[in-house]
Amino acid sequence: MVVFKKPHALTETPFHYCPGCTHGIIHRLVAEALEALGLEGSTIGVAPVGCSVFAYNYFNCDMIQAPHGRAPAVATGVKRADPTKTVFTYQGDGDLAAIGTAETIHVGARAENITIIFVNNAIYGMTGGQMAPTTLIGQVTTTTPYGRKNDVQGSPIRVCEMLSTLDGVAYAERVSVDSVKNVLSAKKAIKKAFEIQSKGLGLTIVEVLSTCPTNWGLSPVKSLDWVREAMMPYYPLGVYKDVTKEGEQK
Amino acid sequence: MSGILLAGFGGQGILFAGKQLALAGMKSGKQVSWLPSYGPEMRGGTANCSVNIEDEPIGSPVVSKPDILVAMNLPSFQKFEDKVVSGGIIILDSSLVGIKTKRDDVNIKYIPATRLADENNLGGLANVIMLGQLLKAYNLFDYAYFGECLMAAAPKSKPQLGELNVKALKIGYEYEG
Amino acid sequence: MSEKVLMKGNEAIAEATIRAGCKLFFGYPITPQNEIPEYMAKNMPKIGGLCLQAESEVAAINMVLGAAAAGARVITSSSSPGISLKGEGISYIVGSDLPCVIVNVQRGGPGLGGIQPAQSDYNQATKALGHGDMHIIVLAPSSVQEMATLTGEAFDLADIYRMPVMLLADGALGQMMEPVDLEAKEKRTLPPKDWACTGHGGKRPYNVVNSLYIQPDVLEKTIIERFKKYDEIKQKEVKYEEYLTDDAEIILVSYGITARIAKTAVKHARTMGIKAGLFRPVTLFPFPSEQLDRLADKTSVKTFLSVEMNMGQMINDIKVAINCKKDVYHFGRTGGVIPTPDEILENIKKYAAVGGKI
Repeated sequence: MVVFKKPHALTETPFHYCPGCTHGIIHRLVAEALEALGLEGSTIGVAPVGCSVFAYNYFNCDMIQAPHGRAPAVATGVKRADPTKTVFTYQGDGDLAAIGTAETIHVGARAENITIIFVNNAIYGMTGGQMAPTTLIGQVTTTTPYGRKNDVQGSPIRVCEMLSTLDGVAYAERVSVDSVKNVLSAKKAIKKAFEIQSKGLGLTIVEVLSTCPTNWGLSPVKSLDWVREAMMPYYPLGVYKDVTKEGEQK
Repeated sequence: MSGILLAGFGGQGILFAGKQLALAGMKSGKQVSWLPSYGPEMRGGTANCSVNIEDEPIGSPVVSKPDILVAMNLPSFQKFEDKVVSGGIIILDSSLVGIKTKRDDVNIKYIPATRLADENNLGGLANVIMLGQLLKAYNLFDYAYFGECLMAAAPKSKPQLGELNVKALKIGYEYEG
Repeated sequence: MSEKVLMKGNEAIAEATIRAGCKLFFGYPITPQNEIPEYMAKNMPKIGGLCLQAESEVAAINMVLGAAAAGARVITSSSSPGISLKGEGISYIVGSDLPCVIVNVQRGGPGLGGIQPAQSDYNQATKALGHGDMHIIVLAPSSVQEMATLTGEAFDLADIYRMPVMLLADGALGQMMEPVDLEAKEKRTLPPKDWACTGHGGKRPYNVVNSLYIQPDVLEKTIIERFKKYDEIKQKEVKYEEYLTDDAEIILVSYGITARIAKTAVKHARTMGIKAGLFRPVTLFPFPSEQLDRLADKTSVKTFLSVEMNMGQMINDIKVAINCKKDVYHFGRTGGVIPTPDEILENIKKYAAVGGKI
């Protein structure tokens, strides 16, 4: 009996992520979804700037490395060049909700048939722990050493809530990978996003609450607690938009 | 060899008139260029365009010393009157410009083109009336040939526009100041 | 030769794009190039293509990156301030070795500047379009005809050398109409795009389009390889025009709209007995350095006069090209002012008189 097998939509390259970081889990979920749907040969992924900048080393599908924040625009170019292909971006919070806010909103406005995997860990990982647009009020980062203050740095952006107001967004769900149960829900959400993309219904986004033990200054286990105790109250899990189930959504 | 400057208000069909000259020049095998003024000044302000019709390849598309000036408002006339070459031609819409030229070395034709257009139910075609007077003053193109060019330039869906242009051309050509 | 049509330079670029088999345009409105996206918006759907107005210049150039990475022919156009915004994306496109065509219908700067014709982005286009050790091919059309032919050529050069090609035009060339023969472009043989991200279909290893090389020695190697390509381009793709240079004592060096005005001035100078000539670079990168140097070696040549619509940018390339063997002067108007033939003639007279003092 095979207990653990790497999906062939992932390459053999070992992940470079820090211990306790959940990027590896999320990569795996994306790869499993592509594999389950038989899409890896017809998929183009767009990797961002940030910790997952090397995503092109890990996915066994054609990959494009985009400038910081521009992955949705790059993905638009790919999808418009060949609408028959599956296209996804994999973006962090700074990439998606700070430097790339305009690109993010406008792929929603245009109902681009792409899938955004949005990894929200409330901090900048790659550059060493600076404030993210999703950093919580009071959260200490290297650029908010006294804690994020509403009247100085403004309030954190709830991306799924914001994007779900756009007509062109077909599916928006926030998930977490802090527990086995939540990992299974996340897997389901990512698979569903790709299915909706293949139906051509519009933009699909799955926001995944993720950890950053290194820059949070917490152990891997305590980091998972922090996702549950600090992040989830501000970023509630759930489906924010699902055009395949209009009327049932939150 | 002709450098032609057409100038007036936006909306008078200055650019259209210039384009008809360039088209007719191209079809007769000449080297031609057409350069409009562009930008905010086009929104209801002054509009002008430079047209070159030459035997040799054209250098500057900008007509800075016009052989021919077609002026359809006072600011344009005042701005460009002195730039016309000695011995050049000015066609002036006298229904919109009340003053006379101070130059004694140019051939100027005063024609109340806007009034003539209104009187003949050819509103908006004062520009073509001006071209008719120009062809009378200077044989830039054969009159009949230019009429054919105007007919050919009308959209296929609106052939009556070509006929109206030819009518305006005739009024301008036959006007005796 | 087919029948000529009277077209604006901007429209000629757009039509030549469609005729080059390009079906994707991404851009953002800015004067004086708006006829390009407008023509594309009207005509791309007729051939099953797409003209997409992006949310910004930044987004537009990244859509170009994506489409190019997917193996498609793709173009964007803008004017000076918009090109500055595209700088980031252009650098990534160079770093990812992707082909595309970028049009700059220049206007006066810096800042918002003005909207009248200028050539003040020469240094930006030839030297600093984006961060990093990089160049792109820069073509400078001088007529509406060349707006069309060089657009077709730009797509071919981009595909052959896997790099962006810029058409460096200006507001006058964009706005003016001249007769154009749209069939004039010769076809070139193009390499297959086996590097493109089109989905591997399980039939090949996955492709990666990337500009990130975290190991310095690896990054250095990719840059050196790219510069070898630039050397090949310098050998094979330099384009220029010479006019009355055989016996010239003063040679004007000028490109784009200014070159044709300079040509008129040269003709006038000749009628006055001044032995003037014109050297017109068509490729600004690669710059026709060797060809200029050969002219500088001629004993008949005393002086070079660089004529541009800026404060003197190309003059430095001329000095380097000829190793300061002969005197090089600059005459230019800037900020959106187009020089007249008379102004250039005055400068020919002035510098012809002081020429040959070495």
